[in-house]
Amino acid sequence: MDLYNEAQKRKLEFTTRRHFLKQCTTGLGGIALSSLIGPQQLFASNNNTVFNAKNLPHFLPKAKRVIYLHMAGAPSQLELFDYKPELQKLHDLDCPKSLLEGKRFAFIQGIPKMLGPQFNFKKYGESGTYISDALPYFSTIVDDVSIVKSMHTDEFNHAPAQLLLQTGSARSGRPSMGAWVTYGLGSENDNLPGYMVLVSGGKNPSAGKNAWGSGFLPSEYQGVQCRNSGDPILYVSNPNGMSRDIRKKSLKAINDINKKQHKEFNDDETLSRISQYEMAFKMQISVPDVMDVSKEPDYIREMYGAKQGETSFANNCLLARRLVEQGVRFVQLYDWGWDMHGDSKAGSLNEGLRAKSKEIDKPMTALVKDLKQRGLLDDTLIVWGGEFGRTPMRENREGRIMPYYGRDHHTEAYTIWMAGGGIKGGFSYGETDEIGYYGIKDRVHIHDLQATILNQLGINHEKFTYNFQGRDFRLTDVHGRVIKDLLV
Amino acid sequence: MELTSFKLTNVFIVILIVLLTSCKEDKINFNAQVRPILNKNCISCHGGVKQSGGFGLVFRENALAETINGKIGVVPGYPEKSEMISRIAHKDPEMIMPLEREPLSKEDIKTLTKWIEQGAEWQEHWAYLKPNEPEVPEIELDWGNNQIDAFVYQKMKSNNLSPNEEANPYDLVRRVYLDLIGLPPTTEQIEAFINNTSDTRYETLVDALLDSPKYGEHWASMWLDLARYADSKGYEADRGRQIWRYRDWVIKALNEDMPFDQFTIEQLAGDLLPNPTKDQLIATAFHRNTLNNGEGGTDNEEYRISAVIDRVNTTWEIWQSTTMGCVQCHSHPYDPITQDEFYKSFAFFNNTSDWDVPTEHPVYREFDSITQIELDGINKWISNISSETEANKWTNFIHIQEPKIRPEDFNETKNTIHHNRSGQDYMLVYNESYVKLKDVGLDNIDRIYINYNQGEKIKGNLLVKADSLNGSVIGELKLNATRGFENVPIKISTTSKRADLFFHFKSTDKDYQCSIDGFLLGEKLPTNKNEEYANVYTKIDQLLNASYRYTTPVMVEKQKGFSRVTQMFDRGNWLVKTDTVSATIPKLFNPNNDEFKNRLDLAKWLVNEENSLTGRVIANRFWSKIFGKGIVVTSEDFGTLGDKPTHPKLLDWLANRFSKEWNWSIKKLLRTIVLSDTYKQSSVISEDAKAKDPYNQWLARSPRVRLSAEQIRDQALTVSGLLSNKMYGPSVMPPQPDGVWTVVYNDDQWKTSKGEDAYRRGLYTYLRRSSPYPSFISFDASERETCLSRRINTNTPLQALITLNDPVYFDAAINLAQQVKSIEGNKKAKVDLAYKKVMGKKITKEKSKILSNLLVETEAYYTNNKEEAFELVNSENLELASLTVVVNALMNMDEFLVKN
Repeated sequence: MDLYNEAQKRKLEFTTRRHFLKQCTTGLGGIALSSLIGPQQLFASNNNTVFNAKNLPHFLPKAKRVIYLHMAGAPSQLELFDYKPELQKLHDLDCPKSLLEGKRFAFIQGIPKMLGPQFNFKKYGESGTYISDALPYFSTIVDDVSIVKSMHTDEFNHAPAQLLLQTGSARSGRPSMGAWVTYGLGSENDNLPGYMVLVSGGKNPSAGKNAWGSGFLPSEYQGVQCRNSGDPILYVSNPNGMSRDIRKKSLKAINDINKKQHKEFNDDETLSRISQYEMAFKMQISVPDVMDVSKEPDYIREMYGAKQGETSFANNCLLARRLVEQGVRFVQLYDWGWDMHGDSKAGSLNEGLRAKSKEIDKPMTALVKDLKQRGLLDDTLIVWGGEFGRTPMRENREGRIMPYYGRDHHTEAYTIWMAGGGIKGGFSYGETDEIGYYGIKDRVHIHDLQATILNQLGINHEKFTYNFQGRDFRLTDVHGRVIKDLLV
Repeated sequence: MELTSFKLTNVFIVILIVLLTSCKEDKINFNAQVRPILNKNCISCHGGVKQSGGFGLVFRENALAETINGKIGVVPGYPEKSEMISRIAHKDPEMIMPLEREPLSKEDIKTLTKWIEQGAEWQEHWAYLKPNEPEVPEIELDWGNNQIDAFVYQKMKSNNLSPNEEANPYDLVRRVYLDLIGLPPTTEQIEAFINNTSDTRYETLVDALLDSPKYGEHWASMWLDLARYADSKGYEADRGRQIWRYRDWVIKALNEDMPFDQFTIEQLAGDLLPNPTKDQLIATAFHRNTLNNGEGGTDNEEYRISAVIDRVNTTWEIWQSTTMGCVQCHSHPYDPITQDEFYKSFAFFNNTSDWDVPTEHPVYREFDSITQIELDGINKWISNISSETEANKWTNFIHIQEPKIRPEDFNETKNTIHHNRSGQDYMLVYNESYVKLKDVGLDNIDRIYINYNQGEKIKGNLLVKADSLNGSVIGELKLNATRGFENVPIKISTTSKRADLFFHFKSTDKDYQCSIDGFLLGEKLPTNKNEEYANVYTKIDQLLNASYRYTTPVMVEKQKGFSRVTQMFDRGNWLVKTDTVSATIPKLFNPNNDEFKNRLDLAKWLVNEENSLTGRVIANRFWSKIFGKGIVVTSEDFGTLGDKPTHPKLLDWLANRFSKEWNWSIKKLLRTIVLSDTYKQSSVISEDAKAKDPYNQWLARSPRVRLSAEQIRDQALTVSGLLSNKMYGPSVMPPQPDGVWTVVYNDDQWKTSKGEDAYRRGLYTYLRRSSPYPSFISFDASERETCLSRRINTNTPLQALITLNDPVYFDAAINLAQQVKSIEGNKKAKVDLAYKKVMGKKITKEKSKILSNLLVETEAYYTNNKEEAFELVNSENLELASLTVVVNALMNMDEFLVKN
């Protein structure tokens, strides 16, 4: 029996009969989940002290790392994944009042028309999963992914919805998911930041850098954004004229002086300073290396559609794989430009959405396949999705008909997909009504998604807290349940 | 495995015996002995909100009440009848408390038993008890300069520690400069101090630093973290906000040593003071630092509420270190504050006329000089015929143009559309639209300004009718085309003192449409007999539409009669409103049920002599900036879940001096702290002290604290001679890498400041919330989204990359290298001088050797790679390039980044 399993057994022995009975009601998974917490708390002296991150994981994780592909602006589920032939029949008819009463929309005013799906759907894979013709590559890997069609959220504007998804709260100031995860689990590679962010589509997401901020967690856990031009990480390169050779000499001098300083003052923080500078030097070497897609063979770049020197979702998918390969814990991609209101050609379903889908189809498929062929998919969790969905109604901003087909923001139902990291393949979870307006079965809230992601990393989202302003905060606030049906 | 648990049990028993034998028969102290046991073991299930089994331990009456199973948890005087005692000592694992956790120790059980035996007396949490005047302990050794030292020594002694020797004067001077004005001394300033032989040289230096204008700039950073001051509005587009006048107000107030009570009142309620000055109005921008959401489709009311909630939480955190945030959704789990009390606090702030719109009204407008002369003329005219007070009232009216009655206030409308999302807040009216305002006081009103925007080709007519749509017409206006929104007066003639007003819009044009921003009630000028009367009105009307140079968002209460009603939100959800409440403070702080009317009452209460918590909280904040951590470490939370003070008597002594004897003078507080021998100790750590007090709780040495983000940059600019002394004004944009600002829906650009503005102190750097100055954020500065009581220092390689490679630090290095290069002397002399410029003291032999070596090696390298040297310093001078590399290393030494 190895050390980990022995510790588990010991922990189980602590649980009383009553505990067992209580936990059993939530199924056997519940036992593994919550029984392991006790002993650590027994020895915790004071609940004011900062959560001891070393107590993690709470239980054996299925995933070691996460790649989150966030489509900023929110793609239409009705054109990509959630096939609604009934909606086609209602196309161009007035929206029934019952769908509008008591609802708040961002832009729809008065009575909008219903809008049928604009793309064609077909079944794919052994699972017979419906996918639209906008995602031909993706249709080949449906048996490796779980599609969740019953997502819902609370926020119908981009920035608050992105914050809710990434930080658990619609207001700024909370730590993002990646910050929580690296705070809890640390990094597997000292030469790279544990939480890295890659942005494509020309703009940052609406929520800005808050979406990868560290909130009230120490700032070292904030996501480090890889930049599209200049240094991949701010100030990672030496100034012109300072060669690596000279830098090495100067770092040695700095550290030698710091060693003298430590002798003088005997402050152990000075030792941390020394290792901080050693790590900075290692980072100077490893960052440019890992960010260089030219190190990949042609056929791999071709598989993703990545081109050296470009800033694209394709390049970022390839970089994401390179980063997780190096032990980066959480890689967050944002792709901007999915907000299809129908106000312009690029903002239309028929043109804009089709073009954006084409941009991501090949690379995201390649990412899943590439991780799989390297044996990394088993313990890498991939999540793809937007911050909310789109209405089955056609947008009519200020009561007027829009020049192109577009849909408004919608909180009640939308689709995401997940793959790897202990998530089932060829599986579809949740159902929406005949027009895709409401989730009618197995609804999954943002906080449930977060709880599930943490769960795959071996973290019990209810026990993973940080005390700030007198209160224990969680990524999932006071909500969230792990969607067990999705798990292998 | 079995062996281990056997051993553990043995250890446990030994500890128990030791504990039991050390027990005395004294009276149990609830706060010191009982509360910690309850907080650790019981309160998470038996608190204020969650009272499992009907048993709660936050209030005494709950603890003594009958529980669900009919038993009584705590029966004063009778531990054997108290269910709590029987359960914590129970044999049955099903029954023993705390459930599923380690049982209480025998010692704890004994303490609780004895406490109940002695009557189960409750005691308020320490922070809510009034401080007694603590007796200053006697010190039996020749150490200590003031009372602080006496209190600190007492604690040292009881922890077997003794004071460190005094820091060497070079380190001490650098330390006190950095602590009081945020900048290091120049070599000359240090020399001057060393050469001064007077006994009072240190006091003299401290007083000079407190008098320096740089003092206010340094301490403003701390206050601006609390006030969440930034130059942008936050959220998606995160557009710019002009509010730097407030930052300048803070600097001035601190430099003038404005008493902290006045400092408080002006920021929280300057607008409610009688006859407020411009500065007092600008001070209220404090609570206008809340975020403003300009994203398309957002509901203005939702984000107004969000801002008000932030004002409540921020106020309670800053002045009372009380965490109100939790109570928004439910009663406080640990502290005796109930949910309705959050909304009673909310009511204080729920009546200002701001409404999450891009204009950020109400704002204080500052005019160009010509307009200002006009305004001064009117001011003088009114002052002559009436009083200065009356003149000031009119001046403020023209600067602020509030309180305006806005679409959200309209009591009834017909045939209108209210645009109330993000970018807009106006009412669209058409032919035959009307707007009703209920019960408007008309006693002293002779005109109503309508603020409207109407296109060129269409014309409308507005009739103002009293009491009903068919009532008498008391005012009339032709609605002509405007250039954007304009204020246009409607003359009102009526004898009624109050009336419902109907604003009736008519037009012959069927496509007529006009946007209404709101109405301003115009009071009568103090006289109407003066011949210049009409002329003055015309000028006022012009001034109300005059263009302006700067605006600053300020607080203004809503028009009387249009106040908002405050209702509680069910579980914090603003869409589900429940009971109506009125403004007051929690009962915990207000046992006599004193009446509170408005923000001014709240502000005055916060700094009332009777409110002892404020003195403690604020004194602790300043202490923590000097020593790196507070006497209460959790400076944001003095509640039951916060840390307890390490030196409670010292805290009370400081709080009493600060709030009473020193009349809230921050400078006196800081002066006393830095004059103490405690402060002057060396930061050299002995092995003994490290073993006994690894975290330096007992202050037997000076802490070595890493400098703040602003200090690190300011220091590099100071020692290299680049720092600009310019104070105040709009925020500046020093060089930052391209592409840091990429925010959606916003074309704002980072326009790199030229000249000395590139080298201003860090606090003048433009702070865009979604994209703050990168090097500051890496060094743990606040993004200023919410109130931040303390920055948590971290240590990441990214920080090293900044001080190594950020061009600002290279500019500084080149500049200093230039100075060093020009002196006569060999390489060693130059290295030694560079060190002295940077650290203010002589270099040690060992360090000198390391750096001289670096200089020699670098120069050798550049001799073979001349083009690289040229790239580095844009000069063919190899010595300059090599010295630059050396200075860059100096600016990355641990000793440069911390205060010794």
